[in-house]
Amino acid sequence: MKHLKKALAVATCALAMNASAETELTVYTAVEAEDLRKYAERFNEDHPDIKINWVRDSTGVVTARLLAEKENPRADVVWGLAGTSLLLLKNEGMLQPYAPEGLNQLSPKFRDRDETPSWVGMDAWMAAICVNTIEAENNDLPMPTSWQDLTNPVYQGHVVMPNPNSSGTGFLDVSAWLQMMGEDEGWSFMDGLHQNISRYTHSGSKPCKMAASGETAIGVSFAFRGARLKEQGAPLELVFPEEGLGWEVEATAIVKGTDKRDAAQTLVDWSVSRKAMEMYNEGYAIVGMPGVAQPIEYFPANADDLIIDNDFAWAAGNREAILAEWARRYDGKSEAK
Amino acid sequence: MIDSPTLPQGASNVTSSPSPLAGLRQRLSGRWLFATLLLAGGAVLSLLVLAPLYSLLSKSVENKDGDFVGLANFAHYLSSGGIESAFVNSLWVAALSTVIVVFLAFMAAWALTRTRLPLTGWVRGVLVLPILAPSLLPAISLVYLFGNQGVLKSWLFGAEIYGPIGIIMGSCFWTFPHALMILLTAMDNADGRHYEAATALKASPWRTFWTVTVPGARYGLVSAAFVVFTLVITDFGVPKVIGGQFDVLATDIYKQVIGQQRFEMGAVVSVLLLLPAMLAFVADRYVQRKQSASFTARSVPYKPSHNRRRDAFGALMLAPTVVFILTIIGMAVYASFVTFWPYNLELSLNNYQFGRMDGGGWGAYLNSLQMALGTMVLGTALVFFNAWLVERTPQPKLLTGVFQMLSLLPLAVPGLVLGLSYIFFFNHPDNPLNVIYGSLLILVLCTVSHFYAVSHLTAITALKQLDQEFEAVGESLKASRWRVLFTVTLPLCLPAILDVALYLFVNAMTTVSAVVFLYGHDTQLASVAVLAMDEAGDIAPAAAMAILITLTCAGAKLIQSGLRLWVDRSTRAWRQGAE
Repeated sequence: MKHLKKALAVATCALAMNASAETELTVYTAVEAEDLRKYAERFNEDHPDIKINWVRDSTGVVTARLLAEKENPRADVVWGLAGTSLLLLKNEGMLQPYAPEGLNQLSPKFRDRDETPSWVGMDAWMAAICVNTIEAENNDLPMPTSWQDLTNPVYQGHVVMPNPNSSGTGFLDVSAWLQMMGEDEGWSFMDGLHQNISRYTHSGSKPCKMAASGETAIGVSFAFRGARLKEQGAPLELVFPEEGLGWEVEATAIVKGTDKRDAAQTLVDWSVSRKAMEMYNEGYAIVGMPGVAQPIEYFPANADDLIIDNDFAWAAGNREAILAEWARRYDGKSEAK
Repeated sequence: MIDSPTLPQGASNVTSSPSPLAGLRQRLSGRWLFATLLLAGGAVLSLLVLAPLYSLLSKSVENKDGDFVGLANFAHYLSSGGIESAFVNSLWVAALSTVIVVFLAFMAAWALTRTRLPLTGWVRGVLVLPILAPSLLPAISLVYLFGNQGVLKSWLFGAEIYGPIGIIMGSCFWTFPHALMILLTAMDNADGRHYEAATALKASPWRTFWTVTVPGARYGLVSAAFVVFTLVITDFGVPKVIGGQFDVLATDIYKQVIGQQRFEMGAVVSVLLLLPAMLAFVADRYVQRKQSASFTARSVPYKPSHNRRRDAFGALMLAPTVVFILTIIGMAVYASFVTFWPYNLELSLNNYQFGRMDGGGWGAYLNSLQMALGTMVLGTALVFFNAWLVERTPQPKLLTGVFQMLSLLPLAVPGLVLGLSYIFFFNHPDNPLNVIYGSLLILVLCTVSHFYAVSHLTAITALKQLDQEFEAVGESLKASRWRVLFTVTLPLCLPAILDVALYLFVNAMTTVSAVVFLYGHDTQLASVAVLAMDEAGDIAPAAAMAILITLTCAGAKLIQSGLRLWVDRSTRAWRQGAE
């Protein structure tokens, strides 16, 4: 009976929403599924007349899909996709530049550098090392505190990281190491790290999930996933290396050719509002509007100081060369020679 | 070409027709009609498979801006180094999996059709379980069984599940039912007279096996090997999840397309993947040419005699496969109840509360159900009708050859490639069909094409086993081919038709790789939700949703078995009449 009532209530709500929804926006996103409902609800508190129809998948799939749909785009807005992906779309001429209300309040790192930006940032998604405390103890592994620590032979066979050729998280790490340490030292660091890696995965969250389930002691992954797994009860310790962290901006953009420009602009305006920033802050330690973020559980309080001064243009321009070099050095392919 | 003079005699004995009605009948059974129908069938397949594939694979000879660059991409890919090892890895893993699966499936099919073992209905049910489960399920189970925290880790003697061992185990698990389905169809209708002859000649069971059983199933064996080999070599799901960094060609497509958004390089690898599949196709055609009907109009259905030793041997052959499958499924069921593996093993039902779950929940489940039913109805009709045209009507050789090639092509195409092709083709602004993009219909069409090949092979195998004399007798009785189709062929093939329907239904319920690019905001699918949950680290809810899908498929399987039993009963009288 209780369920029935609930169902009825939900149905009535849905009907009511449908009745007042004047515009429906198709929004492509890579935001975690568990957050989507919250994002739409908060947005609808201010704009009940715009209904969001989500199409969600992992970053790689959404990006591939958007690019494949280039001739006849189906999305109106992209809300929550990696900056690197949006840069690709921008270079393909698929994004509609738009300066949302409150643009000047965004940190310069969190917007496309063009005067009328093609994308505007939401939050930062940063690297972290997930250490399984139980497995670390079983194998007598000291807690690492820096990237350099991970090259210590004591960790041999205990480290898992994403393959940068398959995963954006993997590339974010590699590009950050090269930027922080310089090319020569960066590659020699990875040579050392490679000795300790037990395997490279195709997904960026997988190393942390493997650490959470004890399949490995140490997983190089990203902070958001680690924090969520910790909440679920995984015996994890999140380590944020002192040298600096690679990061990536999660951002919003309007797809060129949409026939719902007004609604799309309303959504983008809202996506950089203070209210939205506070909402992002519930899951992310760093958000696009300076001064908004409050420290959150499992994340370092000084997250802002830890992230490197990421040169996205450099990373994008050298991506192909870096990936080829990485594959030459470490891919199973080149090993077999 | 339609009126090719090389056609078999067929309708030649109905040359003069006094009444207009007879004239109509003659024309309806005329060969030009069947050729036109098959041409139409070929056109539909071209639209569903060839045209989309062309729109993607043509990118392999284009640069990023769409200019023709010849073979430059191939040269670039081959010169990037190490491709040989991925190629060799792919080949040996696929070959070894094929040998294991075909051997086990053949022995299982033999034990199920040539012995008097009890409970074969249940055993058949267990043996098809892998096909009822989303591919993530064995991946979770294999890690829980043989991973670092695995309960059976010591069984690997220090080797790692992440790598070729995991790929082979996972591949064997999911391809086994494909092989079994083809082999069972090939062996179900055995001619008892051959076995009587063998007994009369005092041939040993061993000799009978090699001279009667194996040759009778030859076509099935080759088809099964072809299917398994191609499935394994094009699959990236298993290697991606459990292959570690063991490089195979299929994961290279994933790296190029999903990791780096380089469609043209993904197209290059896809084209390279077509090569071994094409070789297997040629081999298959070669053997098929030599196959003749084993179940003729004069056949007597085979009934195994009492033989304890033979039955015990059959049980021995079935046991490892049954145990392996049950262990994998059992572990997944357990995983779906665990709170947080491996550190909090408390069991609870929480993971089954799909209403609260993100990524679709019950809505996605209902979408999947609709999509699977649509695929089943549309696919079965299309597959069977086309197979009937190829096999039981007079057709120009060239046409059947081309059609056969078209219908087997989807097998050699990784789902990811098919899905992307569908975007390029069906979303194109100049394509009038682009209205179906994002709807449930495109998911149905894509899934029908994706699983066309094995359905087609099953239908063909079943139809091949019927003697061509059925039609000849029909001709002499002035019964049209249509009448033979509805009164003889269809009833006799109903078991195979039911098999095809089930195959399409369950694959539509579990498929991910192609549809992940095509679902819209209101057509999310349960199988995709499983993947999303796993991606988010919610392994137990993912396992729970996977189990729900498996149960649904098992329900479909039960219904299908019931129908099969009923069909067998109602055609038994017919079969006994043939004695």
